[in-house]
Amino acid sequence: MSRSADTIGAGRENRTAAPSGAFRSALASGTFTVTAEIGPPRGADAEVIREKVIPLRGWVAAVNITDNQSAVVRLSSWAGSLVAQAAGVEPIMQLTCRDRNRIALQSELLSASAMGIPNILVMTGDHPRFGDHADAKPVFDLDSVQLLWVARTMRDEGRLLSGRVLGRPPSWFLGAVENPSAPPVAFRAARLGKKVAAGAQFVQTQYVFDVDVFAAWMQRVRDLGLHERCHILAGVGPIMSVRALTHLQHHVPGVHIPSDTVRRLLAVPTTRTADEGIRVCVETIARIREIPGIAGVHVMAVGNERRIPEILRLAGMRQAPPPAGQAVGTPAGARQRGAGRAD
Amino acid sequence: MSKPRDPLPEGSAQSAPPRPVCPRVTARSMYKLHRLLQPGAGFRRLAGWLEDRPWARAVFTAAEKEVKQGLFGCRMCGQCALPVTGYACPMTCPKQLRNGPCGGVGADGSCEVYPARQCVWVRAVERAAREGRSEDLLLLQRPIDHRRWEQSSWLSYWQGRDEHLWTGDDGLAAPVPLHVLDGSAGK
Repeated sequence: MSRSADTIGAGRENRTAAPSGAFRSALASGTFTVTAEIGPPRGADAEVIREKVIPLRGWVAAVNITDNQSAVVRLSSWAGSLVAQAAGVEPIMQLTCRDRNRIALQSELLSASAMGIPNILVMTGDHPRFGDHADAKPVFDLDSVQLLWVARTMRDEGRLLSGRVLGRPPSWFLGAVENPSAPPVAFRAARLGKKVAAGAQFVQTQYVFDVDVFAAWMQRVRDLGLHERCHILAGVGPIMSVRALTHLQHHVPGVHIPSDTVRRLLAVPTTRTADEGIRVCVETIARIREIPGIAGVHVMAVGNERRIPEILRLAGMRQAPPPAGQAVGTPAGARQRGAGRAD
Repeated sequence: MSKPRDPLPEGSAQSAPPRPVCPRVTARSMYKLHRLLQPGAGFRRLAGWLEDRPWARAVFTAAEKEVKQGLFGCRMCGQCALPVTGYACPMTCPKQLRNGPCGGVGADGSCEVYPARQCVWVRAVERAAREGRSEDLLLLQRPIDHRRWEQSSWLSYWQGRDEHLWTGDDGLAAPVPLHVLDGSAGK
């Protein structure tokens, strides 16, 4: 699972294939790997997920399916993951500690493996206070480090937290999150170290808007040797409107946007904010790519998933051809698959 | 919608949701006190004597609760992590995170749920660093046993029942064991 820093960025292609395990293989090969994030709908409509996922085929190695993000009720992450998989994009199922105790969490993990969901991303989860049911009971029976530890033990030792032996042990690729820019900043790399010790094999970070702060965190990550034990994907995303900027600044916990980025986005007419936001995002990806030890980027453009291919194209990436012999033909998919152009 | 501000009154341990609490004593004084309370034959005998007498145990537990609630905002989880968290109680975190802060800490170090209060983990990191105890925060904290709420953690500590609450990462050389029941696993 270790990679040397000199392989990073060696391949300029974003290799993608739908068969299970593509994300893990892409990371293992040392290619600069791209993932994106899909928020399931507030409604019983799987088509919404298909529509968001299909244009990303060939552009990303996997898509995260969020678990009631921002503590707002939505279609569940395991169901969304199955829809994404059927639509030809490998899912990363997010699993938070907010809504389930250790019994439900372990059950969910087993189910995910049984249904062939290859990647799990474990996180604490936003507090219900910020969601659409602020009156809910926050569970937080386990924390994210403990849940990673439990999941790793289930997979590698075939045991539940109780110690009881599992019939058929699950198999997934286990991920964690980290927020390099949130206080206590000096402790953030060490906290990732705890997650790696507990079982994290990859990490996706919160939005990186301040590349200098992120680079300083990466320096500490490399000092601890964590980049050789865990694939690190930096979270990026375009700020598409002044409203989105305000929302990110004031209502998304733990996101910090440097003042020069804010000035830059406010300096253009509002009709061009989206284009400027995309430019900022593309430049951020380019700068992140130069940081030693980086495995890829995780693009979060919730609500603007359709523009992710454009961002990746501008960032110098190419769409991978559809895997041979794979029948994923839908009109929308056929339209998208034609692209595959290089810059 | 702006972030909510502490709308709920302070309550007893489990009746009110957890909120970050600023410890009323320095970490240094507590590390010193802790050295005097190390488990030994004397304390074990005392703990055994107390545990054999329900009334004595109840009085002792009530006293522990009173002291720790006043000093640390203790919620009586019964599995005290204070000696390895710079004596800032992680169970006062609204998410009760025992392994470090969540990703939602404000730029000024404020709690995401109670922005008027400082994140208890920001405090823990500062307090531990000031006393040269930062390494403590790297220990992996095992999931707690929810049957032990409202029980005395001092008695458990003297009786040696808390030895496996946390463990080191062995310098990442080998996977850290989650289970401690079968032999060599725990540390």
